[in-house]
Amino acid sequence: MPKKLTYTVLSLGLAAWLLPFLWMALGSFKNQGEILRRPPTWWPEQPTGENYGQWFGPLHFSTFFTNSLIVAVLTVLGNLVFCSMVGYALAKMEFPGKKLLFGLVMVTLMVPGVVTFVPLFVMVSKLGLLNSYAALILPFITAPLGVFLMRQFILGIPDALLEAARIDGAGELRIFARIVMPLCGPPLATLGILTFLTSWNNFLWPLVAAQSEDRYTLPVALSLYSTGQNATNYGLLLAGSVLVIVPILLLFVALQRYFIQGVATTGLK
Amino acid sequence: MTVGARLRRKQALIAWGFCLPFVLVFGVFMLVPLLGSFGMSFTDFTARDIRSPFSVNFIGLQQYTDLFADARFRQSLLVTGLFVVIGIPLTMVVALALALALNSGSGRIVSLFRVGFYAPVVTSIVAVSVVWRYILQPEGLANQALSLIGIQGPDWLNDSTWALPSLILMAVWRNVGTLMIIFLAGLQAVPTDVHEAAMMDGAGGFRRLISVTLPLLRPTLLLGAVLISVGYLQFFEEAFVMTKGGPLDATLSVAYYTYQQFGFGEYGMASAASYVLFLVIALVSLVQFRVLRSQD
Repeated sequence: MPKKLTYTVLSLGLAAWLLPFLWMALGSFKNQGEILRRPPTWWPEQPTGENYGQWFGPLHFSTFFTNSLIVAVLTVLGNLVFCSMVGYALAKMEFPGKKLLFGLVMVTLMVPGVVTFVPLFVMVSKLGLLNSYAALILPFITAPLGVFLMRQFILGIPDALLEAARIDGAGELRIFARIVMPLCGPPLATLGILTFLTSWNNFLWPLVAAQSEDRYTLPVALSLYSTGQNATNYGLLLAGSVLVIVPILLLFVALQRYFIQGVATTGLK
Repeated sequence: MTVGARLRRKQALIAWGFCLPFVLVFGVFMLVPLLGSFGMSFTDFTARDIRSPFSVNFIGLQQYTDLFADARFRQSLLVTGLFVVIGIPLTMVVALALALALNSGSGRIVSLFRVGFYAPVVTSIVAVSVVWRYILQPEGLANQALSLIGIQGPDWLNDSTWALPSLILMAVWRNVGTLMIIFLAGLQAVPTDVHEAAMMDGAGGFRRLISVTLPLLRPTLLLGAVLISVGYLQFFEEAFVMTKGGPLDATLSVAYYTYQQFGFGEYGMASAASYVLFLVIALVSLVQFRVLRSQD
């Protein structure tokens, strides 16, 4: 196919592909009457901020946003620190139980969330942690994928570099903090972004673990409003969707190189 | 103790020190629930038993036999199976077409397309489900577009024939980006001299695609299929937000069934259902490791 034709087809395809986002954004500025009008209007005839007004007013968007952000940021920090520590030990140290630990990490790499959430729920409620930030964060503060990713990268750091530091009298913690970590920029960026993405979009566990509005994350809040008495208030729901999607899309556009690298290196979403 | 043994012990302690935070969290929040779920699937554990765990009885394989006797569970297996069997080839074909088109170009415009088609991957399924529910209303954008070419569209999400295909289409839209990136990486590894040789022999573009590109790309295609299948096997959010598993259980996935049993307080049953799903996913993952290894 000639190049020009290919690009024309691709452009049309991309426009169609991104149409749901445009339709969502336009719909979020329409009032209830206009949003249900047939045939539909394209541009809002009387653009209104009332749908957003609801989220920023009585619906406590700022609470949900803050919850999502607190959970995501702490989850990312935990993963960066803990996964790289294990990754370092697994890549560069010899110790009894190493094979078993790595084996367990590999085996649990693919365990779907739906398998663990029932006992997790029983455990967390027994511990009295339901509806706490701890319940939302702790189960995800490390992940087998992160350990695997960090180990693979640290394996490639030359031993001679670490030996030289050891001869100079540096302890393992110092070597880890001063030599290994500064070299781990690329995998830490990948891991941080993947973890933030997963946490921001996580749904099943927050749905059962967060039980009152003050602990809802954004997707939980949106899903509960979209099924209750607001089920047909599309303007409100579309505005909510915009508020969930826009922050992550902005982050994606800013850091798209790392997002795409993340898929390419781990093969996972 | 010799000096060497003492040194080794010190090293082992340091190593385990590095692993300690992970081992604690991993043990408590991953291994315990994983084994707990397995154990619970052989008991009659219900929501009431959270308070008095001693009233729980071991009932062997009863949950599993009950599970397979339940027509709704068999329906959920069928729904999940259809989702995977139809969804994966569709996603792959679209992703491959995009990857092939993008592979021939270069520069900024290609990276623009790449970013654009990848964008839905990063969005929350809950949020895009809301949007698609609005688009797929009886009088929504989808049916307005169809009416332009004289087709009267169905009430997509409330029609038991069209509900599942609707969710599959949305899944294709959301996941194509992932496979497109993986296929692009694979295509870039196809050596150009093979193509040139085929061209010398007079092979046209389509012929080269069938006889050169696709066979060389086979491991990548297989990898993509297996990678995406693990996500598709767990599909839940789409059904939760868009259809509540309905109409008439037409979109009742295994994950949704598990969530429902949990909601009914049937924790033993929910665990058994989740373990059936886990077994399937484990099998798929096993294939994945084989594929990955054969690529090294």
